[in-house]
Amino acid sequence: MTSPALGSSTATRSTASLRHRLAERGIDTSLLMLVPALVFALALFIYPFTYGIGLTLQPSAATQEKWGGGAFSNYVAFFKDSFVSDSVWLTMRLALPAALFNVLASIPMAFKLRHRFRGKKLLTTLLVLPITLGTVLTAQGLLIFAGRQGWLNRFLIQIGVIDQPLALVNNYLGVMFSLVISGFPFAFLLISSYLSGIDPSIEAAAKTMGADWKQRFRRIILPLLAPGLATTFILTFVLAFSVFPSARLVGDAMGSTRVMALMAYRAFGEQIDYPMASTIAVMMGVIELVVITAVLLWRSFLYKGSTGGKG
Amino acid sequence: MAIAASKFESLELQGVGRSFGGIDALVDLNLTVRAGEFIALLGPSGCGKSTALNCLAGLLPLTHGQILIDGKRVDTVAAENRGFGMVFQNYALFPHLSVEKNIAFGLHMRNVPKPEMKSRVAEAIALVKLEQHAKKLPGQLSGGQQQRVAIARAVVMEPRLVLMDEPLSNLDAKLRLEMRTEIRRLHQSLGLTTLYVTHDQEEALSMADRLVVLREGRVQQIGTPEELHNNPANWRVADFMGYRNLIDLDVTAVKGSAVTLEGEGFSLRGTAVLPVTVGDKARAAIRPEDLVVVSPAEPVRGANTMTATVSVVEYHGREFAVGVTSPSGRGLHVHSDHAPAIGSTVELTTDPARVLVYQADAIDMEELSVEERELAEVRR
Repeated sequence: MTSPALGSSTATRSTASLRHRLAERGIDTSLLMLVPALVFALALFIYPFTYGIGLTLQPSAATQEKWGGGAFSNYVAFFKDSFVSDSVWLTMRLALPAALFNVLASIPMAFKLRHRFRGKKLLTTLLVLPITLGTVLTAQGLLIFAGRQGWLNRFLIQIGVIDQPLALVNNYLGVMFSLVISGFPFAFLLISSYLSGIDPSIEAAAKTMGADWKQRFRRIILPLLAPGLATTFILTFVLAFSVFPSARLVGDAMGSTRVMALMAYRAFGEQIDYPMASTIAVMMGVIELVVITAVLLWRSFLYKGSTGGKG
Repeated sequence: MAIAASKFESLELQGVGRSFGGIDALVDLNLTVRAGEFIALLGPSGCGKSTALNCLAGLLPLTHGQILIDGKRVDTVAAENRGFGMVFQNYALFPHLSVEKNIAFGLHMRNVPKPEMKSRVAEAIALVKLEQHAKKLPGQLSGGQQQRVAIARAVVMEPRLVLMDEPLSNLDAKLRLEMRTEIRRLHQSLGLTTLYVTHDQEEALSMADRLVVLREGRVQQIGTPEELHNNPANWRVADFMGYRNLIDLDVTAVKGSAVTLEGEGFSLRGTAVLPVTVGDKARAAIRPEDLVVVSPAEPVRGANTMTATVSVVEYHGREFAVGVTSPSGRGLHVHSDHAPAIGSTVELTTDPARVLVYQADAIDMEELSVEERELAEVRR
């Protein structure tokens, strides 16, 4: 038998209509469903974002006079004004440990809650409940509970553990607590779902091959979980990096928790310097991107395929 | 150095049981395995065979009994220190490690020196013929290849005992036959001791030296493939071993083990497996290949005949599998050397020695497993 298709495959012509051929390439009326999303993206992100970037290049006369640099005067000010550039370090000092703690503390919890046991639902609910609390409510609670005259300090003084009330709020610690309370449930939920995506029989196999729990964790679970940990870290980091209300309410807004968001707000609300406020906001985005890129780069060296489970 | 199984004399399971929250998954399993044996645990899903295997592997703690190797208890030893190899149903390969590293994992855990590890891994890869795939990740392999990696990974440890949990159930029919031979070959050439869990009776009969038939966590029968194939201990085992015709009849005459049965519009002569008396309700079990359509080439056997109407004819290569209906309306599975016309009346015959007669306990639908219930409904 001869094969008529041999060598003539490029010569075959589609007999389908233009409409049909366009639909094959994904162009049809169902594209209209994307319109609302596009409108929102344009109106609420792309336009304000480009406008903001434009603003940063129109520095106020005062800034230009003080720092020079022409159109880039705002950026010069950002890096040269130590009052502003210090806030980068202050923000990092909060966001990195908070994100790291949330991820690391979630791992053992997620592990324990992987198996079925009595009271699992209750415990999970308790762990996740803080997600429903707003930042302001958390801050209020922290002030009442852990303040100088709060229940905790009064209790500890009464039972004689301490003589002086502990300074737990209105400083670095207070913001850290707030970031953990709001960020931990998030990290825990994400890591739980990543962990449930790892087929338990993989671990059982490692067990029968003589790996103790440390080896199983290091050589099997951790490599499979690492991409999930990276994603979770990025999300909780971004959440912590843009901290604003708690930095003001339970932090030391002019001192140890003078974060970038506060600086941007100060430029905008107190100094009425919109270009500078935009510059700080843009720099926040740039720094977040740097951290995210670093994490993603690290992630790209890891195994990315399926983890054998259903997740 | 060549891969060879570590030696022991015997493995003993004494009254092994496992219950989950008060529900018994496995009850009183007694079994002695000699070194070099290939044992199949056979039963329908939910019969406790995988539970037994997991208990043996140490992945599940026992709730009753003990496991001994040469008189030393191993059920108190942690899974990672038992030195058994296990092959999982879904292979359970480490998806982030190459084929080589998957196989080397166990040796690595045991701190085997590098040069020895290398040669043993290479040998195990050669054993399952995956040389050109050694550097690939499991995700890049086909199901059959993944299965071979899983087997290599288990045997490279030179385990005292290899446990296999339905290793072929995810493969297609042709590959399954190939892998059967492959596993049996490895078992023999490496001198392994293997415990193999399956729900496929054909697989178990063809591979194992001895079979353990389980039902609802209880052992029904332990024996060689011949014993199980020819002399099932009870009608449930018979049912599971391919005696597809189970007919409830009344005992009308008993002479030694020869029994005459009547009912459903015919009379039948058979052999009692356990003593029955006249007037008893009995259940006759006949394999389709032992109940044949009479033809010039198939003479009547032992004056044992009955008539039935042909309803379905299936072509099976050399012979035909025929579905017939008895005068009372009961469906029977029979074999024939020719294709009878559908709707025609045929004469059936069977050797009385191949009609096994069991005491009939009433079938309580509640007590049946899901699979058995489905079967019973189809048969009705």
